[in-house]
Amino acid sequence: MAIKNVIEAVREALREEMQRDSKVFILGEDVGRRGGVFLATQNLIDEFGESRVIDTPLAEASIMGIALGAAFHGMRPIPEVQFSDFIWPAMNQLIGETARACYGTNGALPVPMTIRVPYGGGIRGGLFHSQNVETIFFHTPGLKVVAPATPYDTKGLLKSAIRDNSPVVFLEHKKTYRLVRGELPEEEYTIPIGLADVKRAGENITIVTYGLMLHYCLEAAEAVAGEGIDVEVVDLRTLRPLDKETVLNSVKKTGKLLIVHEDNVTGGVGAEIAALVADEAFEYLDGPVTRLCGPDVPTMPFAQTLEDEYMPNTDKIAQALRKQAAY
Amino acid sequence: MPRKKPTRSNGTEDAEVAIAQSPEGMPEGLTAGDLVDSYTKMILVRTMDERIWALNRQGKVPIAASCQGHEAAQLGSLLAAQKDGRCFMFPYYRDLGLKMAAGLTPTQVMLSFMGKEGEPYSNARQFPLQGADLEHNIIQISNVVGAGLTQAVGYALACKMQGEDTVVLTYFGDGASSQGEAHEAMNFAGVHRLPVIFICENNHYAISTPQRLQMVTEDIASRAQGYGFPGFTVDGMDLARCYEATREAINHARTQGPVLLEMQVERLMPHTTDDDHLRYRTQEELDGIHQRDPVTTFGADLLAGGIITQEKMESIKAEALQAINDATDAAEAATPPDASTMWGRVYSE
Repeated sequence: MAIKNVIEAVREALREEMQRDSKVFILGEDVGRRGGVFLATQNLIDEFGESRVIDTPLAEASIMGIALGAAFHGMRPIPEVQFSDFIWPAMNQLIGETARACYGTNGALPVPMTIRVPYGGGIRGGLFHSQNVETIFFHTPGLKVVAPATPYDTKGLLKSAIRDNSPVVFLEHKKTYRLVRGELPEEEYTIPIGLADVKRAGENITIVTYGLMLHYCLEAAEAVAGEGIDVEVVDLRTLRPLDKETVLNSVKKTGKLLIVHEDNVTGGVGAEIAALVADEAFEYLDGPVTRLCGPDVPTMPFAQTLEDEYMPNTDKIAQALRKQAAY
Repeated sequence: MPRKKPTRSNGTEDAEVAIAQSPEGMPEGLTAGDLVDSYTKMILVRTMDERIWALNRQGKVPIAASCQGHEAAQLGSLLAAQKDGRCFMFPYYRDLGLKMAAGLTPTQVMLSFMGKEGEPYSNARQFPLQGADLEHNIIQISNVVGAGLTQAVGYALACKMQGEDTVVLTYFGDGASSQGEAHEAMNFAGVHRLPVIFICENNHYAISTPQRLQMVTEDIASRAQGYGFPGFTVDGMDLARCYEATREAINHARTQGPVLLEMQVERLMPHTTDDDHLRYRTQEELDGIHQRDPVTTFGADLLAGGIITQEKMESIKAEALQAINDATDAAEAATPPDASTMWGRVYSE
């Protein structure tokens, strides 16, 4: 097995699925010769040509509307949103149209479309290159939402997303692109959408997280392990549909739950996890369900001190774990 | 464009009369039989439209947007698409006439407006006649005007990518022409020379907002120049002209890329059954546009041209009334969808 990073995993998945199915095509800003601003689509135009790797005008609403229309006629488009922060002009096409097409046609128009969205902060991106946008899609029936954290999960889930007949918002954390490396099998594999993964087994406290935060959580779990706190880390991988079973099984075992995400705390994915556990695992709880999330400011600001203040990190997570353990 | 009256050819009702053979103006490929057939459909659509409005007032239809005044544009352009046989339509919410002419039965239409089981676009999940009618090559999923334009362009892109010779016709109103996506759709279609026709049914009102507050220009068609493809303004109250313009646009779109057709129509009724247009239009204005009612003028032209007789017109109207009565009865007797059908098909199954 070769060691690769997340962006290489994305590129491999795209290439393999485009080789496998001529209906798969990419469209977005600078995805052609430039290879995308993160190089996710690097060299794909050489292999598949301008007709399947389309550099679009700088107009996100039409990128999404055109992708949707192409999906109505048998294609499997992969629109790339250059930065998640630029997705807002496309929101009607995504939330208003794409998510409703299958339901609103009583099943006549499935939408086999994968929307690739580089998201997240910790990269000095400021207000318009750092945004976490997942909660709005998480809230929307008709969409699937995937947010992997490792190269292995990224490749396997992206391949599944492209083959899925429903629209998948595929969230790639920008900071993981080159920071996170891992083994990628040579052989073909996919990972089913909708399954969480226990990345670290433990007995005392459950952490539920996803994306970049997974790695900070794993570091924090190691940091407190020497203090006798045995932490289980659940990586959601897919936000919608939520793998309730894996979350509940873990909480029923440990009796304690800390939820960590970078997105704003209010009304976020963590709030839904907390409600789920309150509903279905109340009698197993041995402490308050707590959240360590991005605060309620619009996005992490630019200056290093301000960004650090916003971002959950290993130390903050370790502190939260110690507080949980004291119960 | 000056209005030309269709005239009868020297031969049988079905004889083709090219413009060259008929200086008074029968478009190529259009027969006298087509005109009578179109008149028959027009009367059926008008009778349906009036009935739906009445049923709304009786509390049996929650909402309706009338197509009165738009019939010639919708039926004329669709006739060209049907004769071509390789077209796909993205209509908008005021296109009742188009959807009926495409093949929906009066009963299906009535089921739709009453929200009953068997509604063909979405099984009554959506507003009347929104969803997809793939049997008749139609998609209209949304009420967000302009959103269908980029989808239509994407559909045309998919046709081109798959080597098909389909031409996509996408319909919208003057209101939608203000949406950013109207610009984005036309721009992308122009860049890629896609086989798509943008048909604007310009009735000069976005609900209550008049054209003078929507745009500074006299027309919408001239915008096409900015996207590098041709645009034409057509008398949308004249079925033959709408047919002819669409036929030529289809040929152009298939071989050379997009066309913008602005069909200038009048909205004879309020925006919807929930609107009162006397709040923003004068009675004099309404009286004036009713003089140009395309159903009335088309019938008069056919009579004057000797293409139809008074007796035939009467029988067409009687048959339409019977058909709409039957459809009303059938839909009233039909059951609403079972509540359990709210579930499912949120995702592809």
